[in-house]
Amino acid sequence: MSAPLPPEAFELSLDGRSVVARAGETLWQVARRHGETIPHLCLRDAPGYRADGNCRACMVEIEGEKALAASCIREARPGMVVRSTSSERACRARADVVTLLLADQPPRTAAPDRSSSFWHTVEALGLDGDAARRGLPRREQGAVRRDDSHPAMHVDLGACIQCGLCVRACREVQVNDVIGLAHRGARSQVVFDFDDPMGESTCVGCGECVQACPTGALMPAGLVDATGRGDSAATDRQVHSVCPYCGVGCQLTYHVKDDRIVDVTGRNGPSNLGRLCVKGRFGLDYLGHPARLTRPLVRGPGVPKALDPDFDPARPLTHFREASWEEALDRAASGLRTLRDEHGPAALAGFGSAKCSNEEAWLFQKLVRTGFGSNNVDHCTRLCHASSVAALMECIGSGAVTASFMQVLQADVAILVGCNPAVNHPVAATFFKQAAKRGTKLIVLDPRGQALGDYAYRMVRFTPGADVALLDALLNVIVTEGLHDAEFIARHTEGFEALARHLRTTTPEAMAPLCGVPPEEIRDIARTYATAERAMIFWGMGISQHVHGTDNARCLVSLALATGHVGRPGTGLHPLRGQNNVQGASDAGLIPMVLPDYHPVGNALYRAAFEELWGARLDPEPGLTVVEVMHAIHAGTVRGMYILGENPAMSDPDVDRTRAALARLEHLVVQDLFVTETAQLADVILPASAWPEKDGTATNTNRQVQMGRAAVPLPGDARPDWWIIQEIARRFGLAWNYAHPRDVFAEMQQGMDSLANLSWQRIDRDDSVTYPSLAADAPGEDVVFADRFPTASGKARFSPVLPLPPDEPVDDAYPLVLITGRQLEHWHTGAMTRRTRVLDALEPEAVASLAPGELARLGIAPGGRVRIATRRGRVELAARADPLMREGMVFVPFCYAEAPANRLTNPSLDPFGKIPEFKYAACRVEPAGGSDLV
Amino acid sequence: MRARGLPRGRALDPGALREVEDLLAGTSRDGDQLLEHLHLLQDRLGHLPARHLRALATWMRLPMAAVFETATFYAHFDFVDDDESPPPALTLRVCSSLSCQLAGADALGRELARGVDPARVRVMTAPCMGRCQEAPVVQAGRRHVGRATPARVQDVVESGRFDPEPIDWPRFAAYRSAGGYRVLEDLRAGRVTVEALAAELEAAGLRGLGGAGFPTHRKWRLVRAEPAPRYVVINADEGEPGTFKDRHYLERAPHQCLEGALVSAEAVGAAAIYVYLRDEYPGLHRVLREAIAEIETAGLAPSGFIFLRRGAGAYICGEESALIESLEGKPGKPRHRPPYVAERGLFGRPTLVNNVETAYWIPEIHRRGGEWFARQGRRGRKGLRSFSVSGRVSHPGVHVAPAGITLRELVDEYCGGMADGHELLGYLPGGASGGILPASLADLPLDFGTLEPHGCFIGSAGIIVLSTADELRAALVNLVAFFSDESCGQCTPCRIGTEKMLALLARETWDAEQLARLAQVMADASICGLGQAAPNPVLASLRYFRGRLAAEGVRVVGQDSAT
Repeated sequence: MSAPLPPEAFELSLDGRSVVARAGETLWQVARRHGETIPHLCLRDAPGYRADGNCRACMVEIEGEKALAASCIREARPGMVVRSTSSERACRARADVVTLLLADQPPRTAAPDRSSSFWHTVEALGLDGDAARRGLPRREQGAVRRDDSHPAMHVDLGACIQCGLCVRACREVQVNDVIGLAHRGARSQVVFDFDDPMGESTCVGCGECVQACPTGALMPAGLVDATGRGDSAATDRQVHSVCPYCGVGCQLTYHVKDDRIVDVTGRNGPSNLGRLCVKGRFGLDYLGHPARLTRPLVRGPGVPKALDPDFDPARPLTHFREASWEEALDRAASGLRTLRDEHGPAALAGFGSAKCSNEEAWLFQKLVRTGFGSNNVDHCTRLCHASSVAALMECIGSGAVTASFMQVLQADVAILVGCNPAVNHPVAATFFKQAAKRGTKLIVLDPRGQALGDYAYRMVRFTPGADVALLDALLNVIVTEGLHDAEFIARHTEGFEALARHLRTTTPEAMAPLCGVPPEEIRDIARTYATAERAMIFWGMGISQHVHGTDNARCLVSLALATGHVGRPGTGLHPLRGQNNVQGASDAGLIPMVLPDYHPVGNALYRAAFEELWGARLDPEPGLTVVEVMHAIHAGTVRGMYILGENPAMSDPDVDRTRAALARLEHLVVQDLFVTETAQLADVILPASAWPEKDGTATNTNRQVQMGRAAVPLPGDARPDWWIIQEIARRFGLAWNYAHPRDVFAEMQQGMDSLANLSWQRIDRDDSVTYPSLAADAPGEDVVFADRFPTASGKARFSPVLPLPPDEPVDDAYPLVLITGRQLEHWHTGAMTRRTRVLDALEPEAVASLAPGELARLGIAPGGRVRIATRRGRVELAARADPLMREGMVFVPFCYAEAPANRLTNPSLDPFGKIPEFKYAACRVEPAGGSDLV
Repeated sequence: MRARGLPRGRALDPGALREVEDLLAGTSRDGDQLLEHLHLLQDRLGHLPARHLRALATWMRLPMAAVFETATFYAHFDFVDDDESPPPALTLRVCSSLSCQLAGADALGRELARGVDPARVRVMTAPCMGRCQEAPVVQAGRRHVGRATPARVQDVVESGRFDPEPIDWPRFAAYRSAGGYRVLEDLRAGRVTVEALAAELEAAGLRGLGGAGFPTHRKWRLVRAEPAPRYVVINADEGEPGTFKDRHYLERAPHQCLEGALVSAEAVGAAAIYVYLRDEYPGLHRVLREAIAEIETAGLAPSGFIFLRRGAGAYICGEESALIESLEGKPGKPRHRPPYVAERGLFGRPTLVNNVETAYWIPEIHRRGGEWFARQGRRGRKGLRSFSVSGRVSHPGVHVAPAGITLRELVDEYCGGMADGHELLGYLPGGASGGILPASLADLPLDFGTLEPHGCFIGSAGIIVLSTADELRAALVNLVAFFSDESCGQCTPCRIGTEKMLALLARETWDAEQLARLAQVMADASICGLGQAAPNPVLASLRYFRGRLAAEGVRVVGQDSAT
């Protein structure tokens, strides 16, 4: 009697025994499930990797077939009679195939990776490399096959077995489309673009190929020595964690040797499926940078508060002196306390960090609210998605995404507007590109072109700042052509009639001159989106960072509501969150107008609940936002600040004014990894922890709360941020006694409904849990609002808007539009990434991107130096001719201290989100003389 | 390091982009057009400059790597990087097939190379050009020179006429008046049903004549049963050395071949027909283009129903799934089976792939009856076979003879006997792949399935006759070198196996055991027939020609246990 088979399962014979196979399984998978790992080289048993069946190391014999079959690619069929280990012929074929490869390999001792899966396979098959080389004539090795042109990856094609895993990694998994397998026969060769050196190719450094390579022909450069020999297994331990960079939240594994992270590999997390980008994989050596802070510092006596161009963050003792923790903490706290006592709670403000953990965010806002005594707590969400959150809260009652970005794989259409995921969310971009290759129509709307344009159904480069004009025109088409979802609107929304009335004048013809998109193209986009069965909208800071950022986001919400594209798989609204924990920090209440979980501070009911939880009185008045704090310093209201891991001296608009404000503070405490531009203005600097040095959770853009784990010890006398915050709090008389972040998390669960059923233990066990989760054993909700919206009426609200001009339109004196943002290689203000070897080597210097034609008109050669001036200041930097740019604009990343883009930006704020207009400033570009032509 | 003035990777040259745009104006940007577009560029510029390919990648929205893979896979494309000099204006390709080698191609090639200015002319070898009956053959530009001598080639070089030699072919009207396209019309009018026609083909015993011998009617039925859209592909990539029957039929009866294709399309309800013609037959490209235009003018097929595509110099594309990859614009690397192309072929759709000759016989069989065709065989075999005979016979050429005929009969009855002064040593019954049989086995019936017990197969019936005056070892090296050159490189046993086998044959002593073991892994573990069959000539030689090898000075040691 055999047990009944599960549905779609069947039996076959494997080595004489009857085994159960599931529909769609390959023979290799069946064998694997039954305890046998058939030798394999070109197969990578990981998500997203298609079997290719080319290495022929996994052959099996199938009764009735003349030739052997590759088990990795042959689908199991009912009744098949398969012989694996019992087939002498198959076993001999496996050994002989690997012997053929072995004949042309370098000896194991000289291999780029002596612990590669190739050598493990050789070992498992009991083969002898020397004998293989003796028996078979060795191929003439042509010229040197090593290529060390890329700072992060070492190429040694002498060890390549042409298995094509790197090609699949690059073209199918990451869809970066750089690697090919060119030529044919024995001349087959892995190439980058047109057989260019890797470092000169279009490679974006994601490192998926080195992770996939079974021989070490492609290796992390850090793991091979000068002679090209290496060993991927020469590490002490591995620690599973999550990436510290962007909001995608890729899960990864640190490989640690001598308490140093020497390698990073991707892990199968829900939002990355094993993939990483250049920053996550090759950008973690900032931890050990010589400029890393390891002792508390206090400002030297008489040292003026200013950015001294001669200051070297690696030698801070020119301006600061070292202090004990006791002294530093006492000074830090007492300085703030005195100001509060003398001038009241309004004299203090705190900026927390979206780079720290949820627990640290919670503690920081709790310190400000219960210790400083005001709601003057904010963080960089103010500079990124505050306007998106304002619009989402207003219209649908929730500021988080309604669906994960993985849902794009189920969407028929996806609008990506004001975002550049290939640069800012590289692993999310892999999902978009994969979706596009499977048939999802991507509609990319942005003033600048971008890598995703090559995969898009439409790539529309519209006039900067004309977002509302374009989006209103789309809405007009949907309403006038009756493409809206009347049933959804009736059941789930309010205010559609007002919207329809409002949009009567925003016809494509009327809006086309404003947004620069032809009416027919507008109509096609509107129809494509509206008539899709499932469609999503993704956006980034191109939407949010405008004085009309909230209006922009309101339009996007209206598009989704009018067409019913929300609440179902493959539909939804998704603002791509920037920082690794900006979602979590916002949820935890690092926002001046709301308590944790977005409860307005003015709401007595919620305030009372938190007063009870924390045993302290809370201020019912909203606090000041990031830019408002700077104004308040100039106004003399705010006199002291505690800044944790933020760098407003680089990140805030009109940065000269910001720096002047910070310098004016009577007492400034900065807690960071390095002496940042902000820390240079501090009275006390507290050496903090990097992400891989502490435990804590972070919440990514998909509402996934993920576990970060300490992998390496803190350097010198640096301390975990949560510990430092607690020490400050204690010096404010708060009786805190958290022994570990898990204690903090337990308290958060008491205060935040969103964390219901997400215990620390559960997150630790599963690595990632999506909220909301309806039960301790139920997976979190990837898509929300299927039945109702979290508003009082349960319905969402349309919020019609009309186009407004940018705050500072271009004119004859300042004729170009300045747009600021990030680069793939550099994070935010560059404090971390400019201190990593690889990222700094890839983008070493400040650079402004202009259209080739624009640059030619200015008489500047690519690489030449330009001066960019706005009404607020000027910077000089190198120019890059970028065909993706439109004429009439210039793009400058804000990470370069030597040419701070935010010296140029406009501090005018969106009235609702209080977010500055980073994406539009009128500027002038001229040659600066001198050429840096490379 | 300092800031880059340009984005990562090769910069797009606006001038090259404009040239590409002008050249390709009005053509499709779909990825499957890549080979066609590369041909246009190569034809116009004489080579493929890197900056134009960079521009082409942008214009087609393809990865540079994808363009480069295809451009470097095919022998007829010359990728030239920015810092390399382009090839000379004229290329002389000396056919290196075994038949041409027997006719002195090696010496010819050396002499030609000596006699030309390398700045103006480059001399290279190329695989079988399908003109083995006039060996040795040289291709000057796109013009072929048969029975080539240095003087004849020099005449052509000096004439400056490098366009394909003209072909005189029966036009639509002539074919039509002789009863052509009647089957097609009968089928469309319902006077003949697909089932009846399939039954006729079954009665005839018509099989795939590209070499695999799969019964045609069964292929029809398989493809018909799959969901639409379905495609028909006509395999005119005749590349098996020593085989030239498809060229024979396309030159003499292009409309009959196309009618067979249209009938096949009707039979399986195809959405389109793709004819994949090897680039070694440039004269036929024009013939087929004009013939298709005639069909469209006559209203027998709408414009855009029959697509004519050019190969680009890759033997492997004769393998049906590699051919399909090539039609999709990619390197011709065979796919794994299952799924079979009848289930998932061109663009992932069910596809009927038929050889030219198979298509040719379909109208003929309908006209004369399946019975008639089946009756033609000898020794119990059914039907006619088109033997491409070359090598040491008096009258080489395509000889249509009964299936089951023996080599001796074929040579005596159809080829005028052995060439003067030559004595039969052995013969290759199926091109380079089918192995080698000794003179002692010249009385075997030649057909599908009859030679397998002897370690050989008939394949495409390309018969190369060797004489005792020929050096067997040189022939083996020629054949294995061919497979090594033409291996697509996808799978280990073929990519490395062919290369190693060639290196082993260069040794003074042959270790039969080692050769047999290598042959075994190639036969057992290669993805497609190329790698599986590549060792056949060597295995056959170890089996039948040890004495001969010894006489040629090859020391063979060890037992080849595999045979």
